[in-house]
Amino acid sequence: MAYVGQLQRKFMDYTKSLYREGIVDEQFTQLHKLQDESNPDFVEEVVTLFFNDSERLLNELTNALEQQNVDFKKVDGYVHQFKGSSSSVGAQRVKDLCIAFRTLCELENKEACLRCLQQVKLEYASFQTKLESLFKLEKQIAEAHGTVPTLD
Amino acid sequence: MARNGVISRRIRSDKIEGFEISAMDSQKEVHVLAVDDSLVDRKVIERLLKISSCKVTAVDSGRRALQFLGIDEEKKTVGFDGLKVDLIITDYCMPGMTGYELLKKIKESSALREIPVVIMSSENILTRIDRCLEEGAEDFIVKPVKLSDVKRLRDYMKREDKNHSENRGGTVNKRKLRETSDPSLSTYPSSISSSSSSSPSSSSSSVELDSPTRRLKMTNTDL
Repeated sequence: MAYVGQLQRKFMDYTKSLYREGIVDEQFTQLHKLQDESNPDFVEEVVTLFFNDSERLLNELTNALEQQNVDFKKVDGYVHQFKGSSSSVGAQRVKDLCIAFRTLCELENKEACLRCLQQVKLEYASFQTKLESLFKLEKQIAEAHGTVPTLD
Repeated sequence: MARNGVISRRIRSDKIEGFEISAMDSQKEVHVLAVDDSLVDRKVIERLLKISSCKVTAVDSGRRALQFLGIDEEKKTVGFDGLKVDLIITDYCMPGMTGYELLKKIKESSALREIPVVIMSSENILTRIDRCLEEGAEDFIVKPVKLSDVKRLRDYMKREDKNHSENRGGTVNKRKLRETSDPSLSTYPSSISSSSSSSPSSSSSSVELDSPTRRLKMTNTDL
């Protein structure tokens, strides 16, 4: 029982840090409102969809910016998609970078776009790692027959 | 040939006793057609609607939405092959047919124009909102969509049902409601040609109102 308590505390602290550091925002909380006994893995399912979608978008972006003549409208289109999906899952920092990225696309500055893409990739990787850790903690709690504390 | 499948279904439910309950149940449940090219957003909107007791059909394009609704662009036939749709909620920015273009096509169709259409967009551009409302959209939601947004739509639809028989010009009346109760919306009177109510454009005040503009100003104060 003490072990479960430890895990739950760890989960709460980790969750709080994600909000504090701006990794996730209010929309992440909103997603949790959609999770219940009938859909206990909803958040993980959506975030997993986001992971898959993001990988696709990042590949497209890399490819598009590697071209000799960059089609900035196309790049902007991908960034717009990425902004939308990150916003929908509450990936705040990723979303904010996408907003900045779109401005760079408007300016058609290839170098700046490439640098921004690098930042986006790093931020996204950080988001992915952290959320995966969070989901792992949830599973550990469930396996120890504990209940995952709710976010408030 | 353009048979109104909806009416005949209703008649059938009245006549066939055994089917009565299930037919009535399926008609009590609001059926929403959600249109969004984003897989993530489709998943979220689908769950938002289901948790709000709506039946959901989610499609990834305007073209597919029209196919589902029974208007096939190429064949140009109209028919109700699918279940009756009570509300259409669509993203604005989509490749191919935008949400705005989809809205226009729905409002141009005599069979479909009565279905309320709600637009979603990640960008809260007032001219965009105006355009959509002018074209007949019932409402405009700024993404990311939250539970409170969907809950409000549900309440709104219940009101629609009650008013439907007396209120053919539903859209116009709703705009009037918004205008008279929100004097800070100075853009509305100029963009809506059919409405005759005048709204004093006073200085902006914080309004507790179900209006698209309120949602723009909204932070996280509700829930």
